[in-house]
Amino acid sequence: MQLQRQRNFDPAFRWLATGCGLIIVALAAGIFWELYSGSELSRHKFGFGFLVSQSWNPVTEQFGAASSIFGSLVSTAIAMAIAVPLSLIIALFLVELAPPRVSRVVGGAIELLASIPSIIYGMWGLFVFAPFMADHVQPLLAKVGGGLPFFKGPPMGIGMLTAGIILALMVLPFITSVTRDIFTMVPAVVKESAYGMGSTTWEVSRKVTIPYGIQGIVGACFLGLGRAIGETMAVTFVIGNRHEISASLFAAANSIASTLANEFTEASEDIYLSSLVELGLVLFAVTFLLQLAAQLWLKRTKRKMGVA
Amino acid sequence: MRERSLAARRFSDLLFRILASLAALIGIAFLVWILSVVLSRGIQAINWDFFTQRPAPPGMEGGGVGSAIYGTLLMTGLAVLIGVPTGLLGGVFLAEFGQNTRLGEGVRFTCNLLMGTPTIIVGVFVYIIMVVPMKNFSGYAGAVALAIIMLPVVTRTTEDMLSLVPSALRESALALGAPRWKVTLGVLFPAAKNGLITGILLAVARVTGESAPLLFTALNSPYWPTTLNEPISNLTVTIFNYAMSPYPDWQAMAWGASFLITAGVLGATVFTRGLLWFRSNR
Repeated sequence: MQLQRQRNFDPAFRWLATGCGLIIVALAAGIFWELYSGSELSRHKFGFGFLVSQSWNPVTEQFGAASSIFGSLVSTAIAMAIAVPLSLIIALFLVELAPPRVSRVVGGAIELLASIPSIIYGMWGLFVFAPFMADHVQPLLAKVGGGLPFFKGPPMGIGMLTAGIILALMVLPFITSVTRDIFTMVPAVVKESAYGMGSTTWEVSRKVTIPYGIQGIVGACFLGLGRAIGETMAVTFVIGNRHEISASLFAAANSIASTLANEFTEASEDIYLSSLVELGLVLFAVTFLLQLAAQLWLKRTKRKMGVA
Repeated sequence: MRERSLAARRFSDLLFRILASLAALIGIAFLVWILSVVLSRGIQAINWDFFTQRPAPPGMEGGGVGSAIYGTLLMTGLAVLIGVPTGLLGGVFLAEFGQNTRLGEGVRFTCNLLMGTPTIIVGVFVYIIMVVPMKNFSGYAGAVALAIIMLPVVTRTTEDMLSLVPSALRESALALGAPRWKVTLGVLFPAAKNGLITGILLAVARVTGESAPLLFTALNSPYWPTTLNEPISNLTVTIFNYAMSPYPDWQAMAWGASFLITAGVLGATVFTRGLLWFRSNR
């Protein structure tokens, strides 16, 4: 029979599909392996000192990742400090306050922020936002917090602070949409009981909605963190690209991703290239761990909240 | 519990309402700010030559990014050819064969991890496996990098869309004696067609705006692409190079290209989202 004969293709189809699934696993393993073996030269020469050394000198062939790691951490920290509270309160606005129609439009607009390509944030950041920071925001900060070491130095616009704010804008939609989904999962009965006892919207948000969703919020922050730390183009445009650690947030700096973007094609010596690959390995390992933590955490939370 | 006066509670509630509305406004304000800047600066750079000419040397009049548009389309097209079939089949594996198996769980997990991997890492990876052995930057390497970024996205959306198809449909086809591959390709795919197309469009839109993975795979070039086995002119790296250059007319060109990319990516996103919304509300 014809069908019988056609069924002979089934095992092949099954293997083909399984093979495509395995390609994904192979890719992830391959990326790790190539970065690991590609950085062998640098790992042997610098050892663990690579992670803490501040020197980055292609001429003397001394390389250390400290300034790049520092820049990634600080810019991400600024981004999270701004994005987390802002996303949380926007999500509350969308779920608790806004009428459905407004909520849909505002929610859609916030999600649109996520689909603007990274390089567009870079263009806007370099030509529009950095001058704005230099002219208005940084002088103000210097005046208010002038005594602090964070706000010292000339207001150039480009630098750590500007990069952090732009990163905040870029991760905002991710954290907002996950948080919003979690808030809508809070059972209406629980909220209505609180309202029935005479609570105000703020009290319901603070004592019912947020505590109910707190685990999910933590997971969402992990996801945002993973995004922010690996973000490349927007940061490369505005961070200034300087291999030095400075306490001032106005100063030019760099991040792991921006160093890779700027220097990879210039690296002519093997040890230079190998050091850059090791930077990539560090970044891959960090985002991998963050993703792992976020996925496990969100999975556990969802199971707890009764949604598989 | 400490007693608070009604007025104080009302006041903090009002404060919350104002702050929350303000936060939403801030988000929207930045969106409008970015889009209006891209629109107003970009539109000035756009004319006929912009689409048909290749880049002119600095200081020379005219020139355009026609070659970059062509190169971006070429590489995205090749990336679709590699990434979409693989992703569709990977999604079939997750939805049809690997639902409750440990392997399926592992693949799904890796998929999520790959989606969160910085795209510049993919660039480094492709540089090591393709650019170094082939000894030159090439459009092929760029396309492979874009395909790697598309793959997990297409896989996950395919899985989601296929698992939305009612099992009754699947089972009745199987009960008629149809082979599994025919059920999948002939029954499930048509049933999930709209969702699959949406997923693929969103993935394509996403990689079109990518620049980090192209920086050291496709590189860039001021010439019209003749073969994919050479550095290929493309929009996003052109934007990067021109924006960093000191020449005002190059920077203007970068704004034009930014407008084009934004319009393309946002247009595709809004279009597909609207389509989805329209379908689910009818």
